[in-house]
Amino acid sequence: METGPVKAKVHVTLKSGVLDPQGKAVQNALTGLGFGGVDSVRQGKYIELDLEETDAERARESVDAMCRQLLANTVIENYHIDIEG
Amino acid sequence: MKSAVIVFPGSNCDRDVAVALEQSTGRAPVMHWHGDPQLPDVDLIVLPGGFSYGDYLRAGAMAAHATSVMPTVVERARKGVRVLGICNGFQVLTEAGLLPGALMRNTNLSYVCRDVWLRVENNRTPFTEGYGLAQVVRIPVAHHDGNYYADDATLKHLADKDRVAFRYCDRDGGFRAPDNPNGSRDNIAGIFNESGTVLGLMPHPERLADPRLGGTDGRPMFDALARALG
Repeated sequence: METGPVKAKVHVTLKSGVLDPQGKAVQNALTGLGFGGVDSVRQGKYIELDLEETDAERARESVDAMCRQLLANTVIENYHIDIEG
Repeated sequence: MKSAVIVFPGSNCDRDVAVALEQSTGRAPVMHWHGDPQLPDVDLIVLPGGFSYGDYLRAGAMAAHATSVMPTVVERARKGVRVLGICNGFQVLTEAGLLPGALMRNTNLSYVCRDVWLRVENNRTPFTEGYGLAQVVRIPVAHHDGNYYADDATLKHLADKDRVAFRYCDRDGGFRAPDNPNGSRDNIAGIFNESGTVLGLMPHPERLADPRLGGTDGRPMFDALARALG
């Protein structure tokens, strides 16, 4: 079913096993601020795209290609796409 | 030997490497703007240091994926044209898939700008034959994202195939953690592609290629390239 233009929300995160020194520093800072019980922090990127595409499936395929070619580096990063109609 | 230095918006070591190349080859390189896909025929392509596109998205990502010249650079590299990527150039080469792995934020989160010791791990390439095997050289680094990462299988492959060019080391060529300035796995400072025709490294040989700059340990790389490529 075609609705209006689609918004894609992309989360890019480091693969598990890849060290995240920034996340580690944030975790240490939180501990220093007195926030106990934070076992780990992983920092990533959030990218929002407004698309002309109105079909959610085609939008997902297109954004998936964007992630593989540019938005994520799949050597070190995973990505997750949410499509909102 | 004819060479070209690719200039991206934000490159800032393009002129330094041009001076080093001219000093060793007697011929000024072509300074080639990234937006022009018509790259002249050259024997060596250099991707210089700097901060192409302000390191937006990831260091080297925009230069690798969104410039007119890079498809040509990749095609020439696959045909065997020598490609040297220094610092940001190394990041571009990994992003473009010409070299494996990735360069991540330094583990200490600091911008590291100092001379480091490097051990020459393979001196049987046109880039490194001016050095002795296991020779320790002093070359500056200046980067925030020089932390080399590759998975275990890739690291093993690189070691088995003799594709590590340089490792960070101490003055005597040994490995202690403090001598690794950025957290790179296996102390890797530079690697070759499968055929030894592409080299990417984080340190800046062009910055110590003239005694007036305080050292000449970078010069043998450019001299060797000049000899090998005529």
